[in-house]
Amino acid sequence: MLNRIPRIASLSLAVLAVAVGGCASNGDGGSGDSKSLTIYSGRDKEYVEPLIESFKRANPKMAVEVRYGDSAELAATIREEGDRTPAGIFFSQDAGALGALGKEGLLKQLPTSILDRVPSAYRSPQGDWVGTSGRVRVLGYDSRVLKADQLPQSVFDLTDPKWRGKVGWAPTNASFQAFVTAMRMTDGEEKTKKWLEGMKANDTHSYEKNSIIRDAIADGEIEVGLINHYYVLEAIKEGKANGATYPVKILFFPGGDVGTMINVAGIGIPKSSTQQAAAEAFISFVLADPQQKYFADEVGEYPLVKGIAQDPSLPPLESIQQPDKLDLADLADLQGTQKLLQETGVL
Amino acid sequence: MPIFYLFVVILDEPAAAWQAIWRPATLSLLLRSLALAVAVGFTATAVAVPLAWLTGRSDLPWRRGWTVLSVLPLVIPSYIGAYLFVSAFGPRGELQKLLGVDQLPSLYGFVGAWIVLTLFTFPLVLLPVRAAMRRLDPTLEDAARGMGRSQFEVARSVILPQLIPAIGAGALLVSLYALSDFGAVSILRFDSFTQVIYQSYRSSFDRTAAAGLAGVLVLVLFVLLAAERRVRARRSYHRIGPGSARITEDVALGRWRWPAVAFCTVVALLSFVMPVGMLIFWSTQSIAGDIDWSQVTTAAANSVLLAGLTAAVAVVAALPVAWLGARAPGRLSRVVDGLTTSGYALPGIVVALAMVFVGIRLVPALYQSLPMTVIAMVIICLPLAVTSTRSAVLQIPPRLEEAARSSGRSPLAVLATVGIPLTRIGILAGAALVFVAAIKELPIVVLLSPIGFDTLPLVIWQQSSRSFFESGAIPALMLIAVTAPGVWLLVGRQR
Repeated sequence: MLNRIPRIASLSLAVLAVAVGGCASNGDGGSGDSKSLTIYSGRDKEYVEPLIESFKRANPKMAVEVRYGDSAELAATIREEGDRTPAGIFFSQDAGALGALGKEGLLKQLPTSILDRVPSAYRSPQGDWVGTSGRVRVLGYDSRVLKADQLPQSVFDLTDPKWRGKVGWAPTNASFQAFVTAMRMTDGEEKTKKWLEGMKANDTHSYEKNSIIRDAIADGEIEVGLINHYYVLEAIKEGKANGATYPVKILFFPGGDVGTMINVAGIGIPKSSTQQAAAEAFISFVLADPQQKYFADEVGEYPLVKGIAQDPSLPPLESIQQPDKLDLADLADLQGTQKLLQETGVL
Repeated sequence: MPIFYLFVVILDEPAAAWQAIWRPATLSLLLRSLALAVAVGFTATAVAVPLAWLTGRSDLPWRRGWTVLSVLPLVIPSYIGAYLFVSAFGPRGELQKLLGVDQLPSLYGFVGAWIVLTLFTFPLVLLPVRAAMRRLDPTLEDAARGMGRSQFEVARSVILPQLIPAIGAGALLVSLYALSDFGAVSILRFDSFTQVIYQSYRSSFDRTAAAGLAGVLVLVLFVLLAAERRVRARRSYHRIGPGSARITEDVALGRWRWPAVAFCTVVALLSFVMPVGMLIFWSTQSIAGDIDWSQVTTAAANSVLLAGLTAAVAVVAALPVAWLGARAPGRLSRVVDGLTTSGYALPGIVVALAMVFVGIRLVPALYQSLPMTVIAMVIICLPLAVTSTRSAVLQIPPRLEEAARSSGRSPLAVLATVGIPLTRIGILAGAALVFVAAIKELPIVVLLSPIGFDTLPLVIWQQSSRSFFESGAIPALMLIAVTAPGVWLLVGRQR
């Protein structure tokens, strides 16, 4: 009975080999000339594709390919690929994934001509990645019921009984969790825990995502909510209301309050990439004025290059103070944050 | 291959991996995940066995329709099912609006994950059980009745024992699915092993911890496999009499007719009609957004191609494994079983990264090509084909093969002329199961497919991550539509 099993096995293997070999294509991921560029993008296709299209127009001879995925998973992939990675560029949704690769020494040093385009707060201190655009955490509020002088001065004020049942947040949202991580860095575990408990005790409403918080404010369901700065612009652009009459306005907490932290999307070049010239050309392109303006106008994010204006309704980037003691690359420690959110019963 | 990768990673920094595992939290995590896996296995069986009997052996009204409906939940990916479930029954969901109440009992956590995973995996038990029921030899039942046993006693003492291998195999698949699922548990916020493994990659970029935990998961898998093996151990399930089995007869339901219909209706409503209804409703809403139809149709074609190739390769690869397991159970087959099942039980991201690690070093020319994607998919889906084929093999009397051998045919000729024809239905069912599973797979495609090779899950993910899940409704419906032929194959071929 047993003696025929090896034969069956070898037959199957042969069939498998034929089946697989038959549909083999020439999958060369990373050819070494400067005329091709492979991008691993953790940023959404919707925002990256227009950039790629115009980059291709500017470099008609270059073959540009993009693999889209989750930032952290792509970072893990680059690490597993090691010195054979086909990726010439890693375009990450947040600084954490870049910081993680940087810490393992898997990113190339960038030339100062690129680094100097962006203020030092928004790039790697070691010079191996650079921010390309920023998102700011803000407080959305209902301007029909709240005047400017009634607004809180710090995110920590929201635990005050006078905000009871009037605040919205999105505990499962990645931006929110990055903000809580930042709070743990700047104000410590204890204070963050107390704040979370205070917010929960204050009957803060939980929502699935930022855009729903915004709509809940517009519907008068809550008065204020913790969101990203661009959601109000987005609502106006989508035609939910025109700018003047839209009731939701945003507040930037003053004085380096962690409630107004800035997180960035950024780019790095994998250490063993063979596409350095093309990759540097791409980064320079993304940091050039027209593309920075694209982030401002089409994505609603803050351009990081000086002199490129964000929407006139928003304060300039220079006027927003990033909290002290905040290293963007450390925002990767989401695990501790999620644990804290669970301990406090927020999640 | 995934296990090899885990070894490499863990041995790279054994101390760190040990540190990640050796915590009290790991034990409770393990128990929670196991509890979920076992609970889902039991409830899926509890739903599937009656349903299989009703659609397979009774005079249930509209039986054909129920037969198809009872398998269709398989085409709904668990992440979509979970999201729909939350939208329907969760906070601020449709039901809450409908009832106008302020709050409903929370369905997040264990209970939600339990219900959702049961709803969308029970066909994995139902299919093998129904197939086995139809292959039963009715003379046994007649004999039992002839000895004065009641219908119920016959069911308990004659029919049920013969179904044990099918139930065990199906329940194992369901439990392993629950163990490795990420989509549903993350949406329903249940901290399972898989969830924590994903978090290790996603938020702390800690592959050593992830690999350590995945290693524990592999050990759990071997325990579950041993349990399943004990269930079907050392019995024979084939006819020993001469001739071939009569075709089974349908049992009249009598006054149980309408309660049976009600049962089928509830299951079908929850597991298929409602989810699809909600998707259709969303796709008619403006938030479904502007859909790039050429992208969706290309993605649909790619999905079918990928799942089709995977099914074909998996079936061929499953044959020797299934035969080994059925005819020569022993240490060798146990090891082979464990190895082939590990791909199915491990989280997709672990298998994908393992393939990245091994693939780029071993066959760089094939890295991120279609063949490599297919191989990775086969690794993930193989057990679906193996169990289906194996339970068919178990029902072939070995004497038939022996007779063919003794008449001078080579083992290969025996396989071709006796084995494969007799297990045809099992093999086809396995192929269809693999097809249906492969077409839903996401992490493998994201990391390993050729650049630009969009599949439907990829499009759904891209559409829904950009703003609303609802904007993924149209590609999700498309996914369900193209999976339908696979389902047709699953039920259409069963007499």
